[in-house]
Parts: sequence; C-alpha cells; structure tokens
Amino acid sequence: MKTEYKIIVDLIKEKTRVLDVGCDDGTLMESLKKNKNVDARGIEISKDKVQICVSKGLTVIEGNAELDLKQFPNDSFDYVVLGQTLQAFVNPEIVIKELLRVGKKAIITIPNFGHWKVRLNLLIKGTMPITESLPNDWYNTPNIHMCTIKDFVKFSKIINFKIFKSLAMTNKNISNINNSNLFYKNLFAELGIFLIEK
Amino acid sequence: MNIIENIKTLVIKKPLKLDCGKTINNFPLAYETYGSLNKNKDNAILVFHALTGDQFVTGINPVTKKDGWWSYAVGPNKSIDTNKYFVICANVIGGCMGSFGPSHKNPDTNKIYGTDFPVITINDMVNAQVNLLDHFDIKKLFSVVGGSMGGMQVLQFISNYPDKASTVVPIACTSSHSAQNIAFNELGRQAIASDHNWSDGKYLSNNTLPDKGLSVARMAAHITYLSKKGLQEKFGRKLQERDALKFGFDADFQIESYLRYQGSVFVDRFDANSYLYITRAMDYFDLVKQFDGNLSNAFKKTKAKFFVISFTSDWLYPTQENKDIVIALNAIGADVGFVEIKSDKGHDSFLLDVPDFLKTLKNFLDKSYIER
Repeated sequence: MKTEYKIIVDLIKEKTRVLDVGCDDGTLMESLKKNKNVDARGIEISKDKVQICVSKGLTVIEGNAELDLKQFPNDSFDYVVLGQTLQAFVNPEIVIKELLRVGKKAIITIPNFGHWKVRLNLLIKGTMPITESLPNDWYNTPNIHMCTIKDFVKFSKIINFKIFKSLAMTNKNISNINNSNLFYKNLFAELGIFLIEK
Repeated sequence: MNIIENIKTLVIKKPLKLDCGKTINNFPLAYETYGSLNKNKDNAILVFHALTGDQFVTGINPVTKKDGWWSYAVGPNKSIDTNKYFVICANVIGGCMGSFGPSHKNPDTNKIYGTDFPVITINDMVNAQVNLLDHFDIKKLFSVVGGSMGGMQVLQFISNYPDKASTVVPIACTSSHSAQNIAFNELGRQAIASDHNWSDGKYLSNNTLPDKGLSVARMAAHITYLSKKGLQEKFGRKLQERDALKFGFDADFQIESYLRYQGSVFVDRFDANSYLYITRAMDYFDLVKQFDGNLSNAFKKTKAKFFVISFTSDWLYPTQENKDIVIALNAIGADVGFVEIKSDKGHDSFLLDVPDFLKTLKNFLDKSYIER
C-alpha cells in the first residue's frame, strides 16, 4: 500500500466513521475497515472505480465532491479524507469548508508544488513542470489550483481552519512540519499531509 | 385462457385494508419461487416486478412460453444467483397472472369486477406480499430487489417493514411519480378507454377485448422505455421489407413495424383493466408525501444496507430521481451505495443484457451476503 495511505490510516482512530472523498478503487477504505474497524463510506466520480469498490463490498456513491457533499448532515463523520484532489476543484475554499462541515476533522493531502524538482523544472526549462506526481501537460491537467505546502499553511489562516497535524513525505519518509522547518519541507517534500479542524 | 393450473397461489385470509378505504380478505396472491430456502431461512430475496411483469422471473414462463422477464439477472450463477438465494416473486394485486385483480369474479355479485375492482396502491401491493414471509416462515429477507415499479415497491416495503430485509436494491425508480410519468400513464389509459370494446371495463362479460386500445397503450409506453440514441442505432430510418416508401400508412419503417409487433404480442398476455389499475397505483405513488415532504423519514427506522442503481439513458426514471433517494438516505447516515450505469438502452436497461449492471448487482448482493 502507498505510504500516503499508511499515514492516513495511522492518523485515524479506531471504530470511527470516515468518508473518503475521491475514494478511487477503495484501497484506503479497505485498509481502514481492516486495520481500524472503521465505518467507511466513499464518494467517487468514476463509474468504473465505483464498480470496483462495490466488488470489494465497500459502500460508495458515485458523485462529485463539489456537488454531492451537500447531502451529508453536519458532523456526520469523524473524519473526511481528501487525497491529492484539492487542487482539482474549481473552488477549494468551498470544498474545505464542506469537508469540515460534514466531518469533525478532515485529512487533506496535497502534491507539493514547492518541491525543488518542480521549481527547477520551471526555472531551467521555462515550461510548466511535469514530474512523477504531476505527469500532465498544462493544457490537459485536472489540477487547476496547484499549491505548495507553504500556500496551504497560509490558506489555513486566510479561511480560518486549524491545522492539527502537518506531515511531510519525502522519499517515503515522514516528518513533522513546523514553523522553523517549513522552508525546507516546502522545498524537499513531495507531499503534504494535514489533519485539520474547524 | 386457462392459466391457473401452472400458477402457485396463496390465499390470504387476513383482511387487508386498502388505501382506498375498502378491506379485502380471502384473496389470491399468485407467486413463484426459484432456488431453495436454506436452513436458517436467511437467503431469501423478494423480487418485485414492474408494470407489465409477473411472478415468472426467470426460466420459461409457463403461461406465455417465453423467457421470464428477468432472465438476464436471475438464475443459476447470475446476478441474483438461484444456486445461492431463494428467490420469491409475486404477481401484484391488481395484476392478471393469478393474483386478485379486475378480471376476477366479485363473489358478492358473481360478476367480473372490471372497474368495480378497488383502486390499489403500491402500499397495498407490498402489504399483500408481506404475507409470503409468514407463509415461508421467513423472519427477515436477505434482500428486496426491483426495478421501475418494482423499485417503488422495494422502497415502500422497507419503509413499512424496516426490520424485514437486510439489503435493499431499488433500481431505475423514483420515490414520487413525476408529472411526465403520470402523463404517459394517462395516455395509455385513455388509449384503452377510447377503444369501443373496452365498454367501461365490462369487456370480459361482453366477450370482447379492447386489444386495439391496449396495444396503442403498450406502443406509447414502449417508446418511453427506450432511448433516442438506442432507437436511432437499432432502427434509424430503415424500411420494413421494402426498398422504397409506399406513400401510404402501412408500416414503412422498421420502428413502426417493431412497435406494432410489441403492441400486438402484449395484448395476448395482459389484461387491459389490470393496465389501468397498475398504472394508477404507480401514479399515486408518492413516498415523499407519505412522510410529509421528508423522504428521509421513510427510512429512519431501518438499518438495512441500500444500493441504488440508475442508468445514463433512462429518461423515464432519470438518475436525479434515483439520486434523490440516495440523498434522503445520506441525510440520515444510512448505509447507501449508488452507481449510475452507462447504457444506451434507456429505462429497459435493467431488463436487458447490460454487463456492467449485471456485474454490479451480483457483486453487491454476493459481498453483502458474505458480510451479513
């Protein structure tokens, strides 16, 4: 399983209710059910992926986070997980607010646009960066709102949510992000993982 | 037409108070079963049929000698696997395959009911069918499954009997019949009523049949079960056994011939008055109103696991209407999955060979059965 998923599983307490937004083929949900005895639900936009989830016995609805989070009442989940898709939404602010309305906590992971390879790519080549985690060209990428770890931290102050825990993933190694190492983590981490609250 | 000999019938002695106010008792409910009930009696699936269906879900229908209406989905190793599950299906009351309906004789007058038959509702249908559980001594069904009007019965069933099913699968249906659907049903009813042979519903006593009217009703309805794209691909403007237009009103086009055929075979197997009664029941179906405008309340008492399925090209019971059910369930934190299956086959998709649908239905049931 992806390191990212292992970290998310570690962050989630046992026997809680979890909504996985953009649950893909349900790998994370399966692991949460198995390891943490979690009541897991998923939303997934791809019909094929929903069908894979159903074949795994997972409870998933086909839908779009921007339209379909509305139907869940306030605080109906202990955690809402959003893995590497915040940057694909038209309005990330509304999505974060919705995640924190529906869930008591949210776990958001972001591909870090501040990573040195991305920066170097743009600096040297002068074209939009293409890396392992960001494989698309500018004209066909679903990622319309890329941000860096630093941007996300800043965003928490602008739209007023608390970052409870922030982790950086570098070469499958995990470390904490704090004010004093933010500059370095923002340069070297491929992925930021944040546990946030209202 | 003596059809009774091939039909299993349960006579329901317990009085059933209908929504219209009348009470019926000692009435027949025709049913069929497939597969076998296990020792724990926890592998039963109650399948509800749609408007023109009957209890003969799969295999050869002993009355029409054709394949059962859900042969693609139900049978050994199929989506609803009869090697594993005990499948029960009843003909709805108001129907014409042996259950209490308008073609039956009124014991008080010794005349065929016709339009003197009480108006029945989806609620009445499921309240009649729940008696099958007692008959088979089943405390809780593993699942209730149905498409179209069958889906409406699924929703009504779990609302009325929240503890009587572990899983709930409404397919291509709605919680509240739309104006458009009422309109189409009214068109069908008016086609029947304007057939001179209908004689205010007394045709059986007169030894006539309103087959022209019923056939037109079926033709109109059949169009609503398909999609524009599906029709275009299958028929386009192809001509029927001719090289050029005939400048007349015979069936020049294949689609015309196809619809006429659909209409003509339908009248051999279906009763016109039943068509009126069952379409009326669909029109009256409004689970939202039954729960004072809040559909969630219909499902508050159940812990069942739901799986809602819709089809992209179904414009009769479009995805949004199916999704309204999902939304109502999510609003109360119910266990609900949902998928919209891609298909060009319109509303009829659930009856046809649509592999994604058949696979998804099977996966949901089989996985839920293991985890129950």
